[in-house]
Amino acid sequence: MSEEEKKDYAESPINLEYHYTAGSATTRFLNQVKEGKIVGQSCPKCSAVYVPPRGSCPRCGVATNIEVPLTDKGCIESFTIVHIPIPGNPIVPPYVCAMIRLDGANISFLHLIQGIDVEEIRIGMRIQAVWKPKDEWTHSLENIKWFTPIDEPDVDVATLRFQES
Amino acid sequence: MIQAGVIGVGQTKYDAKRRDVSMGGLVREAIDNAMLAANVEWDAIDAVILGKAPDMFEGVVMPELYLADAIGAVGKPVLRVHTAGSVGGSTGVIAATHVCSGQFKTVLTVTFEKQSESNATWALSPRYPYSPHINAGAGGYFAPFIREYIRRYDAPEHIGWKVAVKDRLNALKNPLAHLHIPGIDEKMVSDTPMLWEPLRYLESCPSSDGACAMVITSKDLVGSRDVAWIKGMAVRSEGTLSAGRDEVNPQAGIDCAKDIYDQAGITNPYKEIDCAEIYVPFSWYEPMWLENLGFCDLGEGWKLTDKDATAIDGEIPFNMSGGVMSSNPIGASGMIRFGEAALQVMGKANDHQVEDAKVAMGHAYGGAAQFFAMWIVSSSLD
Repeated sequence: MSEEEKKDYAESPINLEYHYTAGSATTRFLNQVKEGKIVGQSCPKCSAVYVPPRGSCPRCGVATNIEVPLTDKGCIESFTIVHIPIPGNPIVPPYVCAMIRLDGANISFLHLIQGIDVEEIRIGMRIQAVWKPKDEWTHSLENIKWFTPIDEPDVDVATLRFQES
Repeated sequence: MIQAGVIGVGQTKYDAKRRDVSMGGLVREAIDNAMLAANVEWDAIDAVILGKAPDMFEGVVMPELYLADAIGAVGKPVLRVHTAGSVGGSTGVIAATHVCSGQFKTVLTVTFEKQSESNATWALSPRYPYSPHINAGAGGYFAPFIREYIRRYDAPEHIGWKVAVKDRLNALKNPLAHLHIPGIDEKMVSDTPMLWEPLRYLESCPSSDGACAMVITSKDLVGSRDVAWIKGMAVRSEGTLSAGRDEVNPQAGIDCAKDIYDQAGITNPYKEIDCAEIYVPFSWYEPMWLENLGFCDLGEGWKLTDKDATAIDGEIPFNMSGGVMSSNPIGASGMIRFGEAALQVMGKANDHQVEDAKVAMGHAYGGAAQFFAMWIVSSSLD
């Protein structure tokens, strides 16, 4: 028997295409992102501010129908340095993947940190978005290339925890 | 409520690639072992409950139908459970609940993953629409929580290495474990490459093929069989993107543990639980879960690990089988914890048996650390 005939398995790549419906809350958010603005949404019951908003507050189960303009500044809630390539991901390691907590927001989202020696990155470090050129803006948080440290005092991340007032 | 007990636990040999069996052959290997241990025939099985992690992991959608013949479900009620990495645990809870309800006398439950048929890190790192593509698998997701734990409690870095060594030394006593690394020590672990800082290669779980099955029956059908009585069981979840969430010490984990302790009449888990199989896929989750599950106060978990309290002959042995750190067929990993806890109180854990174990805990978590499933099993019904 040839080597080919002995093979007891075959590789058969599959491809899944799908249509994604953003929904009204995400659509409102992305329309602002396309203009270079970050607008969170607040819960009318507990006042928690969500960015990116998903349209409802998981704590209270109500629509986050209050728009809250935010700046593109915040702090690093935590982070990791990814050293291994991820299948299908174009970013070349090592790269810093951080939980970004924007000022005034009560949840964080993942984005990249650049513009600093990785050894100097700290939890609580102040950061600001670095945007792509305006003519490249689209309906995506990819309009932000990465976040980069700014010269402001570190934040005590223990103070970031949302407490219902 | 009907009292239920585990009368049979069956596992496969865990390995990176089980190319000697198909997906059907893999689940049937675990089922045959469980039914042999339980001494039951197919006509005794009233329902089959199957659990596994995302269908993307093998590319087979609705595997409970695809596998109906292999799992003996033809003509019987069948249910599929999916709660991400915690699924092995929640499948056990759901199977036991079927018996406790009185609707079914004896239930077969099986969980599996055949990770070699796809690439789990790829499946866990999809490109989400309208977002930068920076997801980096489970390790990339959990590493920031671990970094925050280390910062919050000023834990020394050797704690992670220590857990990695302890679990792999336990695995040497478990012939079914995927990883057998003789001579592993902290230096070997700390010399391995960084994957997701602060996690190194040997501080991370492997990617395994494997299955685990259990036969659960009602009290009146146990007879003279060896049995692990289910004294408490619960599942909990919390909103992944909920404001106020503490990913280092999730409220759902705290609540789930309290529920099963209350059901089992446990007030001091550290003293009253003889051993535990806890879902630790990355070394640092041992001290994090010691705290989350109430075995010690916040910030004290790493100190318990450091003084060998979780060693197989320690005060509260964790992961005598080698744990998720040594075998990780994701969908089955939670049920392996539940089944290994049952084997301990049945006195059937062979070379990794904790002496005189009477009360044991099984635990699983999954997703973005927002799904939890736990149970307490005991050698006696009292």
